[in-house]
Amino acid sequence: MRRDVFQGIADPTRRAILSLIALQAMTPNALAEHFDCSRQAVSKHIKILTECQLVKQEHSGREIYYYINAKKMKEVDKWLEQFRAQWESRFEQLDAVLKNIKTKKS
Amino acid sequence: MIATKETIYTKDAANKKISVVRDFDAPVEQVWRAWTESQLLDQWWAPKPWKANTQSMDFQEGGTWFYYMEGPDGSRHYCRADYETIVPNKSYTGLDAFCDENGKINTEFARMHWKVVFSKSANGTKVEVEITFTSEADMEKIIEMGFKEGFAAAHANLDELLAKQ
Repeated sequence: MRRDVFQGIADPTRRAILSLIALQAMTPNALAEHFDCSRQAVSKHIKILTECQLVKQEHSGREIYYYINAKKMKEVDKWLEQFRAQWESRFEQLDAVLKNIKTKKS
Repeated sequence: MIATKETIYTKDAANKKISVVRDFDAPVEQVWRAWTESQLLDQWWAPKPWKANTQSMDFQEGGTWFYYMEGPDGSRHYCRADYETIVPNKSYTGLDAFCDENGKINTEFARMHWKVVFSKSANGTKVEVEITFTSEADMEKIIEMGFKEGFAAAHANLDELLAKQ
């Protein structure tokens, strides 16, 4: 199944996970304590986030730490930036069209 | 002079929705015309350097705007907008799609649902665009398709249009 960053951020629990581990790397247990849902549910979200490459894991002794993949998170920004640029281009043209309508009328 | 207006973008990933809100320095009736009359749409709808060319326009509920966007290399992307509801000078909704030169919908690309609302603002008209996607992946796919080259040139556009007048 194809995973991308947008599937990663599409769920509110996953967004909460991302904002937590953005502050500091966390073990699965520490992370699960922040959520009302079951540990299994949290690990399922982690699994999806890992598949989207938004979350990476690192072993330290016997513990696993999850941390955010900031580089991948930037893709979300980049996407929105492109969307924005596309609309700015349109709207600047629309401004000119509207100005033209006005000029013709007066 | 045209003042640079701020556009507000809100991305609601959970609901697969993006809103774009902006003010225009013209009365509602004129802004409505620019969004609904094909000869005006052709002048601004395609992000630069693409150009929109209307093939047919039937602006009514159940009607369709059929057009293509032409790139600087002559490549064409055919598109259509199928109008659902229309309240003159207030709002319209519809579904867009990429299609072939006969208007047959390309199902490889998900359709986006549009809701555009016009209202009077202090200096002119406020336009609120709400775009709903069927999936997050579709949001990405649609944006990536074909428009990339346009972004760099986006700001040169206004100057060029103004110079023509």
